[in-house]
Amino acid sequence: MKPRLWRLARVDYDPVRQRPVLLYPEGAMLLNETGAEILALCDGQRTVDDIAAVLSAKYGADVTKDVAEYLSALVERELVVDA
Amino acid sequence: MPKPPTTLLAELTYRCPLHCPYCSNPVDLARAAAELSTDDWKRVFSEARALGVLQLGLSGGEPMLRKDLEEIVEHAHRVGLYSTLVTSGLGLTPPRASRLRDAGLEHVQISFQDSDPGVAEHIAGIKSVDKKRTAAALVKDLGFAFTVNVVLHRANLDHIGEIIELAASLGADRLELANTQYYGWAYENRAALIPTKEQLDAAEPIVDAAVRTYRGRMQIVYVLPDYYQQYPKPCMGGWGNVYIVVAPDGRVLPCQAAWQIESLAFDTVREKSLHWIWEESEAFRAFRGDEWMREPCRSCERKHLDFGGCRCQAFQLTGDARNADPVCIKSPQHHVIDLSAADVPYRYRVIENEVAST
Repeated sequence: MKPRLWRLARVDYDPVRQRPVLLYPEGAMLLNETGAEILALCDGQRTVDDIAAVLSAKYGADVTKDVAEYLSALVERELVVDA
Repeated sequence: MPKPPTTLLAELTYRCPLHCPYCSNPVDLARAAAELSTDDWKRVFSEARALGVLQLGLSGGEPMLRKDLEEIVEHAHRVGLYSTLVTSGLGLTPPRASRLRDAGLEHVQISFQDSDPGVAEHIAGIKSVDKKRTAAALVKDLGFAFTVNVVLHRANLDHIGEIIELAASLGADRLELANTQYYGWAYENRAALIPTKEQLDAAEPIVDAAVRTYRGRMQIVYVLPDYYQQYPKPCMGGWGNVYIVVAPDGRVLPCQAAWQIESLAFDTVREKSLHWIWEESEAFRAFRGDEWMREPCRSCERKHLDFGGCRCQAFQLTGDARNADPVCIKSPQHHVIDLSAADVPYRYRVIENEVAST
């Protein structure tokens, strides 16, 4: 799977909560920094493993499982789709 | 201090060209005071964003009847709100739709009454299907996010398959299929609107199949009628927890049906800041959290799932907004839920003494 954001969803920054937020029709989901990093890598080109590899390298720990679970929950909600 | 709200529903006007008998607006619309001005709405949106609101619904009545809608939308966009227009589609002409797109409107919801034009006309009290189709095409052409919403009841529930096909043929990104909730005009008309158990049972597999069929193309949201449920809906995600409604006259409500709770006084943005109303007002504090709860809610293991249900419904059906929502099987007043249908004519939504826009 090559994840990308749902066409109608976009990441914004909320200065009130000082957190990134995913906005879409009838919804808003507060993100943590890691979540926003994962979504920023969902460009429809990288696979889930590619994204996990980028972040594992950055954090010096294997985050493959966390990335896969995070994206799978968003796919379930149709906020992330397979390009 | 309560956490910040995420969503503001701005009811810009109660005026509407349609007369749907399931409208949640107050039955006594003639009593409504003058509408907020353009500048009032702009101030409300600025305050809402500063308070933490992210999502803005522009609703009514028919919000297109506000001649200043484009200016209002432009301001909402400038302060950083994600804006949705909730419209009948009537009045959404090509020039106005383009101006709304330029002003930063992101999402348009158009209501349809039924897939069958004759039934739709009977429900809305006027002919509107051709205009709605034209508006839907315009919304798609301009690249808005597009939702079709349909309120379900006894007269259209049997057409749910055709309704889903209609929404798909219009290119909807989302389809909201919401069974009627019995507030306002809908409560007056409940015997004429309430579906049968058989209708609901027949609709469910059709919706389930459609959710799978259209996955990835059109999101389908199906809202069951709470009168037929064992447990109440988690109304508004909790009272004064995420949601704010501003009525056309500036009164600020925790839910669009809260006007009917006569035991509460609602402050207005003409006199108080939205910030103060959210944090301090009696109406917003009344049922926030769980301190207000009585039994059976107080000791219920579900109290943080459904928050005791709907306060408006508790007031409407039991006379006291602190009681459990009588939809709940644990409510001692559960027997007041009346599922009886009657073939009576609709009492159509009308405004007897229409108020002028300022």
